Amino acid sequence: MGKKILMKGSEAMAEAAIQAGCRLYFGYPITPQSELPEYMAARLPGVGGTFLQAESELAAINMVYGAAGTAHRVMTSSSSPGVSLMQEGISYAAAAELPLVVINVMRAGPGLGTIVPSQTDYFQATRGGGNGGYRTLILSPASVQEACDLVALAFELAERYRQPVLLLGDAMMAQMMEPVEIKEAPPKPYDIAWAARGWKPDCGRARAVINPRSKPGLEARLQEKYRRMAKEEVRVEEVDTEDAEYVIAAYGTVARIAKNAIKTLRGMGVRVGLIRPITLYPFPYEAFSRAAARETLRSFVDFEISEGQMVEDVRLGVGGQKPVAFHGWYDLELPTPQQMVDFILALRQKEGGERQ
Amino acid sequence: MYEQIVFSGFGGQGIQSMSKMLARCAMAAGLQVSWMPAYGGAMRGGTSNVTVIVSDGEIASPMPCAGEVTAAVVMNNPSLVKFESYLRPGGLLLLNRSLIDLRPVRGDVEVLAVPANEMAEELGNARATNMIMLGCLLARTGMVLPSVMEGMIGEFFAAKEKLIPLNREAFGLGVRFVKEGGGHDL
Amino acid sequence: MSAFHKTPVLTGAPFHYCPGCTHGIIHRLIAEAIEELGIWERTIGIGPVGCACYCYDYFNLDMYIAAHGRAPAVATGAKRADPEKIVFTYQGDGDLAAIGAGEINHAAIRGEKITTFFVNNAIFGMTGGQMAPTTLIGQKATTAPYGRDSETMGWPVRVCEMLATHEGSYYLERVALDTTAHIRGAKKAVVKALRYQMEGKGFSMVEVLSTCPTNWGKSPGEAMEWLQNEMIPYYPLGVYKDKGATENV
Repeated sequence: MGKKILMKGSEAMAEAAIQAGCRLYFGYPITPQSELPEYMAARLPGVGGTFLQAESELAAINMVYGAAGTAHRVMTSSSSPGVSLMQEGISYAAAAELPLVVINVMRAGPGLGTIVPSQTDYFQATRGGGNGGYRTLILSPASVQEACDLVALAFELAERYRQPVLLLGDAMMAQMMEPVEIKEAPPKPYDIAWAARGWKPDCGRARAVINPRSKPGLEARLQEKYRRMAKEEVRVEEVDTEDAEYVIAAYGTVARIAKNAIKTLRGMGVRVGLIRPITLYPFPYEAFSRAAARETLRSFVDFEISEGQMVEDVRLGVGGQKPVAFHGWYDLELPTPQQMVDFILALRQKEGGERQ
Repeated sequence: MYEQIVFSGFGGQGIQSMSKMLARCAMAAGLQVSWMPAYGGAMRGGTSNVTVIVSDGEIASPMPCAGEVTAAVVMNNPSLVKFESYLRPGGLLLLNRSLIDLRPVRGDVEVLAVPANEMAEELGNARATNMIMLGCLLARTGMVLPSVMEGMIGEFFAAKEKLIPLNREAFGLGVRFVKEGGGHDL
Repeated sequence: MSAFHKTPVLTGAPFHYCPGCTHGIIHRLIAEAIEELGIWERTIGIGPVGCACYCYDYFNLDMYIAAHGRAPAVATGAKRADPEKIVFTYQGDGDLAAIGAGEINHAAIRGEKITTFFVNNAIFGMTGGQMAPTTLIGQKATTAPYGRDSETMGWPVRVCEMLATHEGSYYLERVALDTTAHIRGAKKAVVKALRYQMEGKGFSMVEVLSTCPTNWGKSPGEAMEWLQNEMIPYYPLGVYKDKGATENV
């Protein structure tokens, strides 16, 4: 492609997957991301790929499991209740060490929820979701362009670590159109001796068994892998944190809104910065502990479209060095920059106003 | 420069296409742009509406924000009721007078009333109302040059070439309407 | 008659199955068919959760273990990724007819070009003799200690008959392993099902009526008699769908 075009987030992510060499998509329709499977249904046959609408999210993720076992790039996408149904397959893929990509365009609230932009699946995503204490690499984009870049990265990381990678977005990002440039990101050759491609004695490799059972050495290998991910894959954006009195913690589209609030506050002489985790697992704890250690910093403010989930990780990172305030939007309300400005000004007032 | 524009009307009034054209035009002009529709359940029964934000800086939220909308293009009564209050003081309320019999209540916004359906009928195609309104919007705000939009119309309708002259004409009609001081009769 | 040939498509690892269980025979029939059809290096097996969840130790093939009931979905993914591969699932009655009823039906509805070997022994074996969807009326199970009562537990499901209603199913046959003649018939069915997949036809399945002496509380001999006297009358043997035969007429 290599040219800026105006695209809807959900469709842009689908195109980014195709540009990353993904030719297999299995999914089940659910608002607010049905444009993604629709785009795949229209586009994949033309590039020799396969789109299949499964009978359920359960079936979809298990089809993904089956295709991933052959070492082809494969993905699915859904929204919160659908992703809940997929937890079985994600847990199995974590155990069988299969590379696959899942996109969750989050809805709000438990149960059927509602389709407004939301961040209420942070716990489910970062704490495992399914059984057994595995980890999923989680990428969280804040713009349509970043969503496309992270889709390409998701496939790469899935293969590097042979494990499921989850892209956690919200309806705002999936539904909006923005100019994007989608780059080709074809798969790089890697060792696929583990994959099921048909076997006979003397075919030059051991027999492949895509096996989700616990077996000696698996747990140790998984933990070693998670430690390596935590060391090498942390991604974070920091804005104006050097001199900040207040640092906002926010991810996804909330972080975009926070950037506007920061501009307004700086215009008023209040020094505010932002730490935006791009990987939610592994979480950028260090960025928070480093910021907390700065003399200039008074406190952190965590903004989320939820009742407060990521704030727990922020507090772990801050480690009690500085206060962490929280403000959440839920009950179908969406954040505005002005509300963020007001919250921080009120906090500052409470903390004794301007500091010399 | 920062413009937050809401387009709202019934489905079929060309809300999607006029908002997309503006967004593509702004992108072609090198500006930052976001296009955000009302989606899912929100689409049913109510108005079809889209928010386009055009800016020379990074765009934060793509959602319409009460008190911050710089221009509202409203094509029917429910849209007027819903979005008049979103306008910031001094904002532009561009309404389709042909289909709106309610009166705006705000005294602190600029109102331009366009008899878009009648104008479109004169052109011989009632579906061109959206292009007339878009012409009015660009003539009044100067967000993107009308000449850039005329080029974009060619690109947008590339697959349906015979629609290009009509849409260019309708767009030009809207531009002239505003330039000639129209829109002040409610 | 040639001497007994031990197929290399089985690893030779000793089976863990109970005495009198017919899983071992079914494994051998499938492995022999794969060898004879010359598809060894392009065949991929999908194992279930249940007694056969160790089948990857026995089939000398690239294998998957699927989540409980999901083998048809996993097979779908593998087959769609590599359509030239021969993909089969191996599933028990709890796996296929209870938790996986959705997946097996939709694989058949789509006419998915895979083959399923369905082992029906009217009981949950691995978990210790609980009621299966195929447990007969009056048959005792640990979760039906007074016998299956249709009033509260419904009726046993006939899977071949059910899947035959789907346009996408191509070949469905129910076989049993109670006599040598029946075992030879079962082998033919297994070969046919795989051959249809090689020819790119739709969904094929062989249902094998099987014994579970351990959980039935019977000796292997009694178990075989119970299969003949109780199971076969309710689950009649035969071909329930063979589009190939119809097409060839």
